[in-house]
Amino acid sequence: MAAAAVSPRFIVVGAGPAGVRAAQALVQAGVRPIVIDEGRRDGGQIYRRQPEGFTRSYDMLYGGEAAKARTLHSDFDAMRPHIDYRSETLAWNLTQGALHTLQGGQAHTLAFDAVIICVGATDRLMPVQGWNLAGCYSLGAAQIALKSQACAIGSRVVFAGTGPLLYLVAAQYLKAGANVAAVLDTSPAIPAPKAWKGLLARPHLLLRGLALQFMLCRAGVQVLKGVTPVRIRGDSITGVSGISVRDAQGVERTLQCDAVALGYHLRAETQLADLARCEFAFETVSRQWLPRIDEDGRSSTRGVYLAGDGVRILGADGAEAAGRLAALAALNDLGHEGGRALFTAQAPALRRTLATMNAFREGLARAFLWPHAQAAMLPDAAVLCRCESVTAGELRRSVREMGSQEINRAKAFSRVGMGRCQGRYCGHAAAEVVAHAAGIPVEQVGRLRAQAPVKPLLMDAKEVQA
Amino acid sequence: MPAPVHFPPPFVRLAETGRPAIQLRIDGASASALEGDTVLVALLSQGQRVRDSEFGDGVRAGFCLMGACQDCWVWDEMGHRLRACSTVAREGMSIVTQPPEATWPQQQ
Repeated sequence: MAAAAVSPRFIVVGAGPAGVRAAQALVQAGVRPIVIDEGRRDGGQIYRRQPEGFTRSYDMLYGGEAAKARTLHSDFDAMRPHIDYRSETLAWNLTQGALHTLQGGQAHTLAFDAVIICVGATDRLMPVQGWNLAGCYSLGAAQIALKSQACAIGSRVVFAGTGPLLYLVAAQYLKAGANVAAVLDTSPAIPAPKAWKGLLARPHLLLRGLALQFMLCRAGVQVLKGVTPVRIRGDSITGVSGISVRDAQGVERTLQCDAVALGYHLRAETQLADLARCEFAFETVSRQWLPRIDEDGRSSTRGVYLAGDGVRILGADGAEAAGRLAALAALNDLGHEGGRALFTAQAPALRRTLATMNAFREGLARAFLWPHAQAAMLPDAAVLCRCESVTAGELRRSVREMGSQEINRAKAFSRVGMGRCQGRYCGHAAAEVVAHAAGIPVEQVGRLRAQAPVKPLLMDAKEVQA
Repeated sequence: MPAPVHFPPPFVRLAETGRPAIQLRIDGASASALEGDTVLVALLSQGQRVRDSEFGDGVRAGFCLMGACQDCWVWDEMGHRLRACSTVAREGMSIVTQPPEATWPQQQ
C-alpha cells in the first residue's frame, strides 16, 4: 500500500490506562502504533494483570474497579493484532524524533512523528529515619505484592504516609486477610477548607474514600491522623520491628510491626519528557516541577505528548481520558484525516472530563499535603538516599560548606540522587532539605535533571539496526 | 561472606497457594517456591534478605517492587544481573545474592 510509506509513525510508551486508550484511539483512526511496555503484560500498575496460573477473580483483584479493569484488558486484547506491542521493553532515552528502547539485551532506535508518553508514576516518598531497613516498602510495593503475587509484605503491617492510596491499600490488605496494625496519616483529620471544592468535583470518589476509612476503623484498625513520623525501628540484620510517630497531640507512640508501607501519594515519571526537552513549571500546591502541557496533552516539544499519571496524577479514569485525547490531538496535529474528525468530535467532552479530574487532583493535593517540613526535621544521621546510604547531614554539609544551593550541584557533591534509583525516591525530599538548609524557596533549588539511561542498562546490550 | 542468619520469612502468602512447587538454588542452597513467583518473592519466602547493601547499612529486601528503585539486584550463576522484583522464578534457576567479581565482558 503506497500510503503506508508516508503515514506518520506513532509510538505509545506505556500500556496502563492512558497508554491503552491512546493506542486504541490511534487504531480506530487506522494507524498501527508501536506500544512500548516495561511490564510483562498490559494494564500498568493500577490494572496490573496477575501472572498466568493465578486464579483470583476480577472482583477480588480490583474490587469496585473490576468492570473497568476487565474492559481495559479486553479492549487491549482485541486490538493486539492492530498494534506492534513490545512488552518487557524499556524506553531508556528520547532524542530528537527518536525513542531508544531495550528489550532482552537488544537496543533499538525507533523514529517517530509523534510519541505519546504514558509512563505512569511511582510513589512519592518522604524519608524517615530507618526507611532503609529491610521490611520498609513503598506503598505501591505493598499493593503490587498483593495484586501480583498474592502476598502481604509482612505478618503485621503498618501503613504510614498520606494520600488516598494509604487507605485503599490498607483496606485491600484487610480484605485479603492480612494483619493491618495501623494506618498513620500525616495529614490532619479535617482537610483544609480550600481542599473541599476540589474533592467535591468527584463526590462518589470522596464518599468511597470516606467509606474505606470507616471500614478500617470498624475492623478495629488503629487510624491516626496528623501524625509526624519519628523513626522506623529495627536493626540492620533482622529488619523492621516497629515504628515511632508523634501523634496529633505531640505524644510519641511506638507500634510493633514487621513491615511498613510508606508513601506520600504519587510522583509522575517525567524523565522521558525531560530528555525530550519539554518545559517544566513549578506547581505550588504539590511543591514540585511538572512538565507543561496544554489541555490536550501537548508538551512544549513538537511531536511529544504527555498523558496519564506520568504528567498529572489524575488517577486511572483521568488517565484513560487523557491518553485518548493526547492521541487524537497527535493525529489532528499531523493532519491525519480520520483522526482530525475524531478529535473535533470528541475533544470538547474529553477536556471537560479532564477539567473535573484536575479539580479533584488539586483537592487531593490540598487534603493530603506533601509534608515538606519533615525534610527539615530529618536528623543529620538519617539516611536520605537509600541507594548509597547518604545521610541528610551529608547533603546539608554540601549546602553549608560547599555552597550547593542548586539540587544538581548538591547531587554532584553529595551523591544524593546519583544512585540506582536516579533520585526517584529521594529527589523531592532532597530538594526540601537543600531549600531549608540554604534558607531559600524550594522552587529556587530546581529539579534533578533526568539523565539517560532513565534506568540502569546492562553492559552487554547490543544495538540492532532497523 | 557472613554466615546466613535465618528468620521467619517476611512475606505472607494470602492466596494462590495451590500453584505447583518449583525448586531452585539460592546461594548454593536448595529452596522451593511456587510457579509464577517472582525471584523476590522466592527469596522472601525463604528468609528476610534479598541482598546486602554495598554501603554497609545492612540487609535489603527490595523496596518498590515495580522496577524503579533497583534495590533488588541479584545474579544468576553466570553472573548475569537480575532485577528480582520483575524476574519470574523458574524451575532449576540458581540465584546468587552477592555481586560476582567484576570482569569485563570478553569480545566474542
